Amino acid sequence: MAAVQWRSRERRYQAELQASRPDGGPLGAADPHPLKPITVRDVDLLTVTDAKPRRGTRKGSTSSSSSSSSSAAPDPLSSMLDGTDPLSMFAAASVGEPPGLAHSSSAGDVGRRRKEEEAVGADFEPWAAKRGEILARFTTTEKLSINLFMGTDKGKAPSPGSSAVSEKVRTRLEELDDQEEGSQRELLNLSQQEYANRIEELNQSLKEAWATDQKVKALKIVIQCSKLLSDTSVIQFYPSKFVLITDILDTFGCLVYDRIWTMCSADPQTLPDSFTAADVNDTAKETCLNWFFKIASIRELIPRLYVEAAILKCNRFLNKTGIQETLPRLTAMIRGIGDPLVAVYARAYLCRVGMEVAPQLKESLNRNFFDLLSAFRQIHGDSVQNQLVLQHVEIPEYLTLYSPAIHWILQCVAYRAPDPLLTEMMERCKKLGNNALLLNSVMWAFRAEFVAARATDFIGMIKDCDEAGFPKHLLFGSLGRSLACADPPEAERLSILNEAWKVITKIRSPQDYIHCVEIWVEFTCRHFTKREVNTVLADIIKHLTPDRAFEDAYPQLQSVIRKILTYFHDFSVLFSMERFLPFLDMFQKDSVRVEVCRTIMEVFIKHQLEPTRDPVILNALLHICKAIHDSVNALTLEDEKRSLSLLISGFIRMVWFGRDFEQQLSFCVEARATFCNLEPVLVQLIHTVNQLAMETRRMMRGNHSRKTAAFVRACAAYSFITIPSLSSIFCRLSLYLLSGQVALANQCLSQADAFFKAAVSLLPEVPRSISVDGKLRSSEGLLLDFINNFFAMLLVVPDHPEHGVLYLVRGVLNMVQDYTWEDNGDAKVKVYISALPLLAAMSQETYLYSIPKVDSNETLYGGDPKFLTEINKLCETLIGQVLDYLKALGREEQTVRRQGPLAFALFSCLLAHGDLRNNKLNQLAINLWNLNHKHGCSDTRTSVRTLEYIKQQAQQPGMAHIADMVQRLTLQSRT
Amino acid sequence: MSITLDIRLKRANKVYHEGEVLAGVVVLASKEAVQHQGISLTMEGLVNLQLSSKSVGVFEAFYNSVKPIQLINSNIEVAKAGKIPGGKTEIPFEFPLTTKGNKVLYETYHGVFVNIQYVLRCDMRRSLLAKDLSRTFEFMVHCQPQKAKLVPTPVDFTITPETLQNVQERSLLPRFLIRGHLNATNCVITEPLTGELMVENSQVPIKSIELQLVRVETCGCAEGYARDATEIQNIQIAEGDICHGLSIPIYMVFPRLFTCPTLETTNFKVEVEVNIVIVLHDDHLITENFPLKLCRV
Repeated sequence: MAAVQWRSRERRYQAELQASRPDGGPLGAADPHPLKPITVRDVDLLTVTDAKPRRGTRKGSTSSSSSSSSSAAPDPLSSMLDGTDPLSMFAAASVGEPPGLAHSSSAGDVGRRRKEEEAVGADFEPWAAKRGEILARFTTTEKLSINLFMGTDKGKAPSPGSSAVSEKVRTRLEELDDQEEGSQRELLNLSQQEYANRIEELNQSLKEAWATDQKVKALKIVIQCSKLLSDTSVIQFYPSKFVLITDILDTFGCLVYDRIWTMCSADPQTLPDSFTAADVNDTAKETCLNWFFKIASIRELIPRLYVEAAILKCNRFLNKTGIQETLPRLTAMIRGIGDPLVAVYARAYLCRVGMEVAPQLKESLNRNFFDLLSAFRQIHGDSVQNQLVLQHVEIPEYLTLYSPAIHWILQCVAYRAPDPLLTEMMERCKKLGNNALLLNSVMWAFRAEFVAARATDFIGMIKDCDEAGFPKHLLFGSLGRSLACADPPEAERLSILNEAWKVITKIRSPQDYIHCVEIWVEFTCRHFTKREVNTVLADIIKHLTPDRAFEDAYPQLQSVIRKILTYFHDFSVLFSMERFLPFLDMFQKDSVRVEVCRTIMEVFIKHQLEPTRDPVILNALLHICKAIHDSVNALTLEDEKRSLSLLISGFIRMVWFGRDFEQQLSFCVEARATFCNLEPVLVQLIHTVNQLAMETRRMMRGNHSRKTAAFVRACAAYSFITIPSLSSIFCRLSLYLLSGQVALANQCLSQADAFFKAAVSLLPEVPRSISVDGKLRSSEGLLLDFINNFFAMLLVVPDHPEHGVLYLVRGVLNMVQDYTWEDNGDAKVKVYISALPLLAAMSQETYLYSIPKVDSNETLYGGDPKFLTEINKLCETLIGQVLDYLKALGREEQTVRRQGPLAFALFSCLLAHGDLRNNKLNQLAINLWNLNHKHGCSDTRTSVRTLEYIKQQAQQPGMAHIADMVQRLTLQSRT
Repeated sequence: MSITLDIRLKRANKVYHEGEVLAGVVVLASKEAVQHQGISLTMEGLVNLQLSSKSVGVFEAFYNSVKPIQLINSNIEVAKAGKIPGGKTEIPFEFPLTTKGNKVLYETYHGVFVNIQYVLRCDMRRSLLAKDLSRTFEFMVHCQPQKAKLVPTPVDFTITPETLQNVQERSLLPRFLIRGHLNATNCVITEPLTGELMVENSQVPIKSIELQLVRVETCGCAEGYARDATEIQNIQIAEGDICHGLSIPIYMVFPRLFTCPTLETTNFKVEVEVNIVIVLHDDHLITENFPLKLCRV
């Protein structure tokens, strides 16, 4: 043990630094930085030998001189994204086709369909988009009533009318069953979903029948299905029924078309997309003709109409003008449908097929619309009224059933139509009595710009509408939709808003009200200031507060918030709206509340670029963040917590009181109290406070006054009491270290001491393994890193006058000794070895670095021999420990291999930091070298490089003793 | 050892006119070679007349006259006795569609009491041990287009309670006025029947308006005849209480096979009529009848 004697090598850091720079200056500007991005010069050579691959030229031109015409090589990623990327193109294409068909159509078919869509253009809202909307909208209420019949909700007694309806549903489904021979009859009253499933089943059996060549059965299914469309019992469900059944018709149309297509030639791919009837062979024509004859003999009007419309496209196989002649005929045929609702949907279907097959044939679209107008009075006819009384449906509800169909027809008509035509249509609608229904569709379907330009007229028309008819809030809703997309003339805006709001505010039903307001908020935010928006918010609060109506309107209220946030990014304006926070108070359901708060915070973080100290913003956001924070409970997922913390941290980072440090600190105190459950936020707070302390120091240029000194101590105290509440031990350790550094930099010695002591006393608690991303990992690496970091800091920490010399270093080493390290790891010894450089650095006359205005041990002890002896003793103990350990390793067969690297580490340490003029130390180094090479597992390359380094060192003045040593270090022969 | 026999004509729609040649192939498919005693093709055209059950008793006198009338019957040999190799064999043939004497080839027609049908039959005779094989195949004959120019003869009609015949209690009838027109009563069989109809007013809501296509078949001779009207098809052109004052189209395609140009021979007649049937909500049935003359151009 006593064999070792430590003497630290004397270091002259400045000189060494100078010597280690070969060219004496900082990094030469001409040297290429390894991390500098590679720019490729367009060498002229490229134009000459154009055929050469680009790779060849790049090789020679990776020089960093970007002065020449250096156009960056085209980024493959950005060139990919040029135009539309394939994913979104695919998405756009798939929207156009009904989902049920996607798998049944061949690849070639998809291509064909896409072509046709191009003729229509991407700005045409496809049916597929409406489809879901209709299904969603016309199901909910209906489902309730059907559920009633299901007997699930016994609380409500079914009204006599609805039970009659259920009877009808049943018979209707029996009809469905009837046409499948041998299938079981379901006598249940089906809910909406089950009904839809049944239809989907029929769709499947249609495909099945087709695949197994049972064409007649397939046709029968289609006819039976379209027959259902003539039935208007359960009238509220009719639009959805229409959607479901036309899906089947579409399937059928495609099946027939594809079949004839494949018959056209042996290889269908040879037929161009733009084929004419002349390219089609006789067999295909005959088959096609057969279909038309078969369909022409269908007895009932409605199935005949629908089925023929479904295979309208097949006319292409027969002759050029087929579609052109058929469309007007089918249009006229619809006049034979007595029920106006059935008729209007039949028209919608015809328009839809027409748009798909021959979008250029506008005439029959217009014809459809004009026919619709001439039969419009039917809606108020006696048969309809009787039916409504029977089914207990109110007129306004009944009228809304028309909307999807009329919207669609008008959308087709208005698509790329010239303004005069639109004006003419509008005039025609105006002439009809009780035209609210049409007016609504006009506003919905015509170009937003067209509507916006005439907004004042529209408002006038809406006002003239009959109260008992179509619901006015829907009319205003439609108008609002258009105004949200297109701007009305500037001068009219305010009067539009006033006029509209006069009506909106009178809407009684909170649901109707909020639906309408949700739309109009966008217009308000777009064109007006916070004053108007505030008024709107106040109005909403007034309407929705009674009977807690807001509880049913959360989605709409959220949408209102989102729209406001889209237009108001300035939070000082936003929060200066008196009604904004009361508006937020309406979100009383926790999940919704948190979601809204998150939305606000996201917008804040995205758009707030400057730090703020506005008390209004701070108060409001603190309130919002608190809501976010309070939503965290034991069940909250980690990811969720993380994202919430991110939002709150983002807020804290944006708070800056400038020179008012006290207030900043008190804000942090408040924030800590508020957000105590989210650790990442606490970490952020500690960082903020540390930053605050450093900012104070910067402000005082390092010379703290009494007041600022007290303040930075308060900061340190803040950190000191906050850190223990964190659960992650490494987080705590690094924060102790960081805060200690900050305290030291601010000359708070005792505080710094406290931090370091806390860190040291925390060391034994470090677990041997921690979970990282859900997996258990050894903590050894992290711990070693931390200790090395800590050692680096300890160099400048002055000893406490009341404790002994090197109190903290000893403390760490003691902790290391007592720590339960992993069984077969060398971590403990590695710490010992890495403590040696620290001790060596401490024994220098001038330290490598220091903290301004803090006296390190160099000044405190002034090179006192006692101090040095103390250090040397400590070193000797450490080396002794290491050597003992090495010996112990040598005893065991398995552990012998670990000897080498450790011995080499100690050797390197001696070489760098030990005074090798001392013979004993010199001898020890040589022994270690040999020990490393003894087992033949040393890295020869490292050894050679080390030798070279030593030789180089030996030439330095005063290092002659090393030269001798080199002679005695032998390289292991490679055997 | 199975063998299948099939006939395929070149024309996909199987429609031929007098004087044309039926071209096609006889397709034989078997796994092994087949011995046979000759393959022949027979072309036969027949008019089958049938008396309706209600007429039979009355007209037993001319029962005999109701036997099939042969329009054409000829025979050709496709292959002499021999052996057909295994696999698929196609033997092409051409068969002229010509009549003997002054017989006329009537157009193919499938009715209830009158049937005009043309078939090709392929027979394969075989040795005693194996059964003879036979296959029949129907083809269509369209008569020669009419030479004379067609006069469409449109017809207007008005239906009111007063215009109706065969009413028990005229005073019980609701009021109604229906106007309309047919674009032609002399129709081309390949073109649809077209026209318009408008309900000007009706006291009782309308339930449905239908077009009923009726065939009138007459069988008989000088001694007497049976005349029967049966429905070919019924096409609904309006459903429910349609808008008054708005004209709705009349449109009907004449079905193939089941209609033929109006035919008048010494033994039988085939005529076509159309009924416009208006069903009121109180189940009153109003029918307006229009005889049609169909021809082919």
